[in-house]
Amino acid sequence: MNHLSDLPPVAAIVIAVFVVLGSSLALLGSVGLLRLKSFYQRLHAPTLSYSYGTLLIIIGSMAMFSLLEERPVIHELIIGIFMLITTPISLLMLGRAALRRDRDAKLGHDEIVPPRVTPSEAPAQPLRDLSNYGEGRLDKGLLSSTKDQPESEP
Amino acid sequence: MTRLVPHPLLSLALVLMWLILTRFSMGHLILGTLIALLAGWTVERLHPPRPRIRRWTAIPMLMGIVAWDILKSNISVARVLLLGPNHPSFHSGFVEVELTLRDPNGLALLAIIMTATPGTAWLEYDQPTGRVLLHVFDLRSEDDWQSLIRDRYERLLLEIFE
Repeated sequence: MNHLSDLPPVAAIVIAVFVVLGSSLALLGSVGLLRLKSFYQRLHAPTLSYSYGTLLIIIGSMAMFSLLEERPVIHELIIGIFMLITTPISLLMLGRAALRRDRDAKLGHDEIVPPRVTPSEAPAQPLRDLSNYGEGRLDKGLLSSTKDQPESEP
Repeated sequence: MTRLVPHPLLSLALVLMWLILTRFSMGHLILGTLIALLAGWTVERLHPPRPRIRRWTAIPMLMGIVAWDILKSNISVARVLLLGPNHPSFHSGFVEVELTLRDPNGLALLAIIMTATPGTAWLEYDQPTGRVLLHVFDLRSEDDWQSLIRDRYERLLLEIFE
């Protein structure tokens, strides 16, 4: 925190707000990873820190070092761009691996997931109603606190 | 031109990145250009589908819309996480959406957008039918996801890529 004292107070406060907001989002995302019940819900939690968490911290860092060194410092943009490109890939792979596992009865699935679209139903089928899936309702032993909801969910 | 610099956008971005990461000097400009050209030739060997951007003007508009939507869904997901996952007003599930977008680069961009938005996760894309399986964190809003994605993102992506 030595750097902050070299800045004008207003700038220091604004930068601190940015960094604190960004890191709170990251913390919330991590709390979500702990608290959420289903794998597919947990898939959403880290995107909090990924999207605006990263953005706010990057903006704070850029503003601070630009002011301190009195030249535009934009290295952080590269961190942002690489985060932007790489995180969706790992999230996508995780999601697809989970779907693959949950669809295969032999692999010991945790949740009921919608089946794969079969090629025969491809032409002009209406979109499927998937509202019964996705609450993590299958394996009570593994997901002890999953909601037990009736089948007639809207 | 196309033989020497097969991917001008990629090479330009790499030169820029090199110059940002190092202090600007002539030597670094030359070194960065060499690396960028090398990377361009390497990528050409992979035969990726070449992005053809038809309308540049739609890109800032798309970025603005996406930034705003991500902000909104950040707030709503943060609220759900604060209330606790067992709160009764919160309900997540799978949604299927049919796309007309076929360009691989456009689809990749749409996947990044959907993943970056905290409320939605892109799970599976079926090429023959053009259907996407999404997981939606909070279905409570009961939005029509089909029309939301089609009108908000896909229309702009179609303008940009096709």
